[in-house]
Amino acid sequence: MPYTPFIIDEPEEMVFRLNRSTLTDPEILDRERQKIFDACWIYCGHESELSEPGDFVTRNVCGRPVIFCKNSAGEIRIFLNSCRHRSAMVCREARGNTKRYNCFYHGWSYNQDGDLVGVPGEDSYPPNFDKSNFPLAPAPRIDSYRGFWFISFDIKICGLEEYLAGATEYIDLVNDQSPSAKMQVIEGTQEYDIRANWKLLVENSFDDYHLLTTHKTWLDYMKDSGVDITPPEGKGLLLPSKGIGKGLGNGHAVIDNINFRGRPVARWISIYGEAAKAEIATIRAELVNRLGEQRAARVADTNRNLVIFPNLVINDGSSVTIRTFWPVSVDHMKVIAWALGPKEENETARARRLDSFLTFYGPGGFATPDDVEALEAVQIGLATWRETQWSEMTRGLNKKGEQLNTDEEHLRAFWRQWNSLMTVE
Amino acid sequence: MNKQTVFRSRIEDFLYHEATLLDEWRLDEWLELLTEDVIYEVPSTDAPNSEAKSALFLIADDATRIRARVKRLNDTQAHAEFPRSRTRRLITNVQITDRTTNELLVTANFTVYRYRRNSSLRQYVGRYFYKLRLVDEQLRICERRAILDPTELGMLGAVSFIL
Repeated sequence: MPYTPFIIDEPEEMVFRLNRSTLTDPEILDRERQKIFDACWIYCGHESELSEPGDFVTRNVCGRPVIFCKNSAGEIRIFLNSCRHRSAMVCREARGNTKRYNCFYHGWSYNQDGDLVGVPGEDSYPPNFDKSNFPLAPAPRIDSYRGFWFISFDIKICGLEEYLAGATEYIDLVNDQSPSAKMQVIEGTQEYDIRANWKLLVENSFDDYHLLTTHKTWLDYMKDSGVDITPPEGKGLLLPSKGIGKGLGNGHAVIDNINFRGRPVARWISIYGEAAKAEIATIRAELVNRLGEQRAARVADTNRNLVIFPNLVINDGSSVTIRTFWPVSVDHMKVIAWALGPKEENETARARRLDSFLTFYGPGGFATPDDVEALEAVQIGLATWRETQWSEMTRGLNKKGEQLNTDEEHLRAFWRQWNSLMTVE
Repeated sequence: MNKQTVFRSRIEDFLYHEATLLDEWRLDEWLELLTEDVIYEVPSTDAPNSEAKSALFLIADDATRIRARVKRLNDTQAHAEFPRSRTRRLITNVQITDRTTNELLVTANFTVYRYRRNSSLRQYVGRYFYKLRLVDEQLRICERRAILDPTELGMLGAVSFIL
């Protein structure tokens, strides 16, 4: 087969094209598992999901079952969820607290630190059998930033903070919403599949170009609720334009907008109701007092959709959502999404945050189902990739400097990194 | 109300009528079955017994939001439901679990089959929890909670129609 590039990237010629085979070819997915997922820092879980020694959450990360847990000293550990005897999962519950991880198959058991502590009929093993050689295997590398815990299956990868590059600034903006800089994953997980290539959700998660057409009914709902949806104009805006899109290094990228859709921390809109005005003002005052006027405005008056390469999205809009997703096959992904809120948030503010989440996000929201429909329509259309091989991705390419959120510079940033990793021998 | 006046058969007739309206996308008529203080909720699949004020749900609508949802679904720009899904609801195991002076708590099992072009059959299975109220001798819905049995939505994808 003659070699065809994944992307054609010639900025001087105002050309950026994506080869549609990157979204349809199973061999490319096999290569992604090796060159992308096993070579990057990959999100596993948030510290707030665990509190006591022995607390655990089981997940699937890069195709491996893992246990995200606290050891006997209360430190976060991530073990591969696989018995060292015959490889059965040692923990089959979604979450809980345990003194022991027991493999029910032959009865091997491990303590909270992953040490093998029980082997039925141990005396039948030869004398060189030593339980200390068979602890639960730890994930090769783990590291955290502001409570977000990541795994890497590449032992030689750089540290997480270096990897996150410019994305740390945007994670900080999320964390600054909490007086103690502690955010919390809220109970209730949205887990749903999309019959589309996983990279289409990367693009969709921070593509503002589609807002007016895909989400017309959501915009109508906002208008009907008395929300002014015209983008802010004029002088003194927080951001240098109506909204920007930019790469943050290492394939991470963001769109950064002036808020119009309301923010639980802390900008009131009519949907919250008159009664909420006073509390939003109090939350705002705390923010200003702690961070100063300028930083408080940065936190409270902007929406940010952040993609951390390759498969973590933190969208800080009408609520905060963490979203990660996994390829099942080239045209099928699994999505897991959570809501994130300040740990100290009181009952009414938390209820407002959750309500605000559901107006837009999630499988029952007024917007996400239409995104899912769009991605599935793309994937079906991609069956024509041999006849229509290239996707145009040049919006904003003729502009010097700042790029709009409705341009595609941030999409190109993702794809350039993807291309550079995929073309390493 | 006279406690003896509402028998299970009347509840069943009411739920079957509701199912017909929803399957036939007669959503404006369906709205007339709801009280002004109605809530409609679908919890996340891993937190089926939680409360919408403290846990992330899939859907947690009050009367205003339900009307907005119906307005959206009546719009051909609600792309997830245009063309509309074809649905068929089977409602069974109807039980009256409690009564107060003018309200009844009712549970029922459901299977909602959803067909769409370019998509395989999706089966939504679970249990309804209703609070029904007699208003001018007519049954009306003041709480409607649909609890899904699957541990994750998975291949069900979205809950873009009225479940």
